[in-house]
Amino acid sequence: MTLYLLCFALFLVGLYGVIAKRDLIKIILSMGILGYAVNLFLVLVGYRQGGHYPILEGQNPVPVMVDPLPQALVLTSIVIELGSTAMVVALAIRLFQKYQTFDISKIRRLRG
Amino acid sequence: MPIELWLNFLFVLMIIGSIVALELKDVLSSIIAIGVVGLGVSISFLLLQAPDLAIVQFLFEIFCVVILIQAFIHKSHHQMESSRSNRWLTAATILTAILLFIGCLPLFKVLPPFGKPLMSTAQYYLDHGAEQTGAANLVSSIVLDYRGYDTFGEVTILFTAILGTFTILRKTAKAKHHGGQHE
Repeated sequence: MTLYLLCFALFLVGLYGVIAKRDLIKIILSMGILGYAVNLFLVLVGYRQGGHYPILEGQNPVPVMVDPLPQALVLTSIVIELGSTAMVVALAIRLFQKYQTFDISKIRRLRG
Repeated sequence: MPIELWLNFLFVLMIIGSIVALELKDVLSSIIAIGVVGLGVSISFLLLQAPDLAIVQFLFEIFCVVILIQAFIHKSHHQMESSRSNRWLTAATILTAILLFIGCLPLFKVLPPFGKPLMSTAQYYLDHGAEQTGAANLVSSIVLDYRGYDTFGEVTILFTAILGTFTILRKTAKAKHHGGQHE
């Protein structure tokens, strides 16, 4: 319960960064924080008390294992996050080349 | 519970690290603070018995810090946000976040408590994964066999994102080239 709440607090810190910051770099970093919070929450939900990591090592009574499904899906999500971060950074570089600033309130002619 | 204690400590560290990263004025310092947060996530995955995720998160964090520093470290005439009109929005956002936190408290009581997951589908994978797929690592048996289409979609998205990155970055060079010809 406390862990879920701390995870949610991390998510809210990321949300604050996305909404209140005007700096493109800070917004990219807050998107990363949002991703961390969501991934952590999914893995937290799948944890089992006293669980063993889900790799079979030949023990004869198979030990109690944690939930492997969220781990597999979070693995997918982390890789996608890397791709999207690279793409957002490329967009930010392009915007900087055009407007010479990272302040989103000064980037006004976005309509082309 | 030693694991819960460690996780609480790490989560508080990560929250402090992300607030520091968002509030610092120096770009390099905030990128490094984000690196600290990501490595905290990696250690949390290790404590939560997810070794593959810990390795992938570690690599992701290193790549992320390298990409961000490479991209943003030369922008020295980077202008900081003006504080005058921003203060209003900041206060409103913090207030909304606190209200959201209090309002969502009852939702967390509905969730299964920490350490006791539902395990309805996953128990099937744990019981039959080894004999049906032949993989000792059950996470990779899910990624590559049970949820194979998911992984296919992931690879497609990754390919598209990298293609998009190259397109965005290459277009500038072409435009400059053409501009030079016309001038």
